Amino acid sequence: MQVELQDIHKFFGPVKANAGISLQFEGSKVYGLLGENGAGKSTLMKILSGYQPADRGQIILDSKPTYFVSPANALTQGIGMVYQDPLDIPPLRVIDNYLLAKDKKLILNYQAAKKEMKDLLSKYNFDVDPDYLIESLSLGQRQQLELVRLLSGGAELLILDEPTTGISAEQKEVLFDSIRRLAYDEGKTVILVSHKLDEVQELCDYAYVLRQGKLVGGIKVPCPNERLVEMMFGQIPVREVRPDHELGKTVLELKNLSIETPRLTVQNINLEVKSGEVFGLAGLEGSGQKLLLQACAGLLRPSQGNLLLQDEEITNWSYHHRQQAGVAYLAAGRLEEGLVAGLSITEHIVLAQPKHDFLVDWRAARDITTERIKTYQIVGRPDSTADQLSGGNQQRLLFSLLNSPLKLLLLEHPTRGLDIRSTDWIWGLLNERRKDGTAILFMSADLDEVIERSDRIAVLSGGVMSRIVNAKETTVDELGHLIGGQA
Amino acid sequence: MNFKQSIRWFWPIIPILGALIFTAVLLILFGASPLEAAQSMWRGAFGDQSKTLSVLAFWIPLLLSSVGLLVTFTAGLWNIGVEGQIVMGAIAASWVALKFPGPQFLLIPLEIMAAMLAAALWAGLTAILKTRGGVHEIFGGLALNNLAIILTNYLISGPWQPPEGGTFRGTQPFQAAALLPRFAESRFSPISFVFAVIAFGLIILALRGTVWGLKLRALGKNPRSAFLLGVSSEREAILAMMFCGALAGLGGAVRVLSWFDSLRQSISGGIGFLALLVVMLASFRMFWVPLIALFFSAVLNGSISLQLRTQLHSSLGGVLTGVLVLFMLLFGNPGVLRIGKRSKEEVRDER
Repeated sequence: MQVELQDIHKFFGPVKANAGISLQFEGSKVYGLLGENGAGKSTLMKILSGYQPADRGQIILDSKPTYFVSPANALTQGIGMVYQDPLDIPPLRVIDNYLLAKDKKLILNYQAAKKEMKDLLSKYNFDVDPDYLIESLSLGQRQQLELVRLLSGGAELLILDEPTTGISAEQKEVLFDSIRRLAYDEGKTVILVSHKLDEVQELCDYAYVLRQGKLVGGIKVPCPNERLVEMMFGQIPVREVRPDHELGKTVLELKNLSIETPRLTVQNINLEVKSGEVFGLAGLEGSGQKLLLQACAGLLRPSQGNLLLQDEEITNWSYHHRQQAGVAYLAAGRLEEGLVAGLSITEHIVLAQPKHDFLVDWRAARDITTERIKTYQIVGRPDSTADQLSGGNQQRLLFSLLNSPLKLLLLEHPTRGLDIRSTDWIWGLLNERRKDGTAILFMSADLDEVIERSDRIAVLSGGVMSRIVNAKETTVDELGHLIGGQA
Repeated sequence: MNFKQSIRWFWPIIPILGALIFTAVLLILFGASPLEAAQSMWRGAFGDQSKTLSVLAFWIPLLLSSVGLLVTFTAGLWNIGVEGQIVMGAIAASWVALKFPGPQFLLIPLEIMAAMLAAALWAGLTAILKTRGGVHEIFGGLALNNLAIILTNYLISGPWQPPEGGTFRGTQPFQAAALLPRFAESRFSPISFVFAVIAFGLIILALRGTVWGLKLRALGKNPRSAFLLGVSSEREAILAMMFCGALAGLGGAVRVLSWFDSLRQSISGGIGFLALLVVMLASFRMFWVPLIALFFSAVLNGSISLQLRTQLHSSLGGVLTGVLVLFMLLFGNPGVLRIGKRSKEEVRDER
């Protein structure tokens, strides 16, 4: 089957997730779709799989323009997608879930379905028992189940979104074998959406790279990793000379820290951040940076290891305890994790104050707010609610809520979605904090930012931390290698 | 206040009018005269002094519970357990009234404190079940409602049975000193009105003027962000529930000490559920709460004598309130009719 995407546009408010992307996919080939987080990969694949419609542009199957109303509708036309979170129903049995989408008759034919399913499973060496409950399966097995369901539904083009995240090495081998078999023996098209360059190199014939909602280009793989990194992240920028800063004593120390989540295990992190130091965490989304920051903030309990704040053991301190002790955490989702939609700037400022009287002195609070609005250059009035502010101003409001002095500042994508001027302004603020001795640990998807703003950098790849590199001596290329999981 | 704001402020009138019109059409379809029904309802509610006082006497506990629910709704908690909290307040007040002889000036404060404390603890239990046990407050509240009612039935038919034998209807009447002083042989106690006014004032102060109120609002709108900003969600949730429970318990005390004179089988009579409807109808417009509660009280009391005057069944009051709630849920937000709805530009600016 030949699939063509023509001039696909998709906007979310002012955000251009896809801005005129045109791609072609042919049968018997495995394609990689690459790009940093927010480049528009998922949006594009959700459009292709019928999960959401495009605002403009069209999908052409074997030179016929088509339109999908739902993922089920897309599947009847031969397109199926395995999502990162499988679209199954965990409390059901495997066989029930399989029949749910297929058999529309009043009385279900379990016998026939089981046989059909078993045949498919064994054909691709998948190991799932149809009588098990889905919730008892591993993510890898659920993925296999989804694949089988799509194949039996007649999928000719299969999209796999980050399929190797959270599955075992064995399952990965089985998956890759089945992908090769599907493409080269059965003539199907497979699209692999991935962050992991090595996997794309190993498995794919051709890779498309997206950046900021646009197609950067396509390239035959295997090819040098540097080439892909350059396409994904753009040109290596001119390095700004950053004023040196005398570093102080160790503020934060992680000793053999491990964090376990169902999706990812972060293992054996050893790290020190000094007073006045900016420490950058690089890596692709979901590699463990966020978990690490949350563990430092006290939002996640590490499964192993110790956390020390100025030589004091804080591993078992709650988030609020650490907050009182001078640890601050700013999450990436501003209106989800940080600001309260519907509350005004003044009300936020009152809430965030370290000490409270019983009654609110609204007049005094308004004065403080007016002053902060000025200092932090927030475009808004004291009674503007947080959700009325633009993203950049929400970020400024978040920074205005931080108390002084801070011992440790944990930042998730501090400048995501901000223009260059705001970004510089935010980093100006952070550099001021350094002078007060605040240790800053931040994560960012923007490699240039990480290199330019940090003193030292560590890269996380699949929950494993690389060696620590000195920001002055590293390059985007070197980080790209580390991100790809190479030493 | 600009045009849009005033529309939002006066919005609750719309579902009320809608419900009245709908009920009127319903009556016409069944061949009854809406006008006649309305008249007899009005007369049933405000026809003479004793009827008006009845409406007021029913209004007070409803208002107290509704005011308490303003706190929990603000904190984003569905305190369905308010019904059980009223019952527990009634039981605690009855316990003091039955077991402790004493002068009125001692007995009444004691009864009220016992009622507020018992109901606050009962509500706190729901909150702890939620924060520690992961039981959603709706289910915890429903379970505790049932337990409170079972406890009442046990007390009435067991330990607190009247000496002349178990009637399963109620305890014997309390000593005179235990009852709230009532106005002109009615069920209305002016003191309870004072309680309600104080409670209403306190809640407005707490929700608008205190840091605690601000924390509750943050918690109700976005628990995650509130937590990250330093609000202790567990503590505030328990406090909010207990605050509401205390007021509902006070309402329960008013029920046994002025509406009735003894602990009865259905001591609350669904006032807690009614209060939930009142607050939903008001949807955060605090000053509407007393008015809507009064309206409910008038409709329900007015329809009691409906059957005597017209051919209509007294459940018409229930029908009207039910329809009202449905209309509220359908048209509760000005946005439904695209009036006062935020323009696309406004929404975009917010992103």
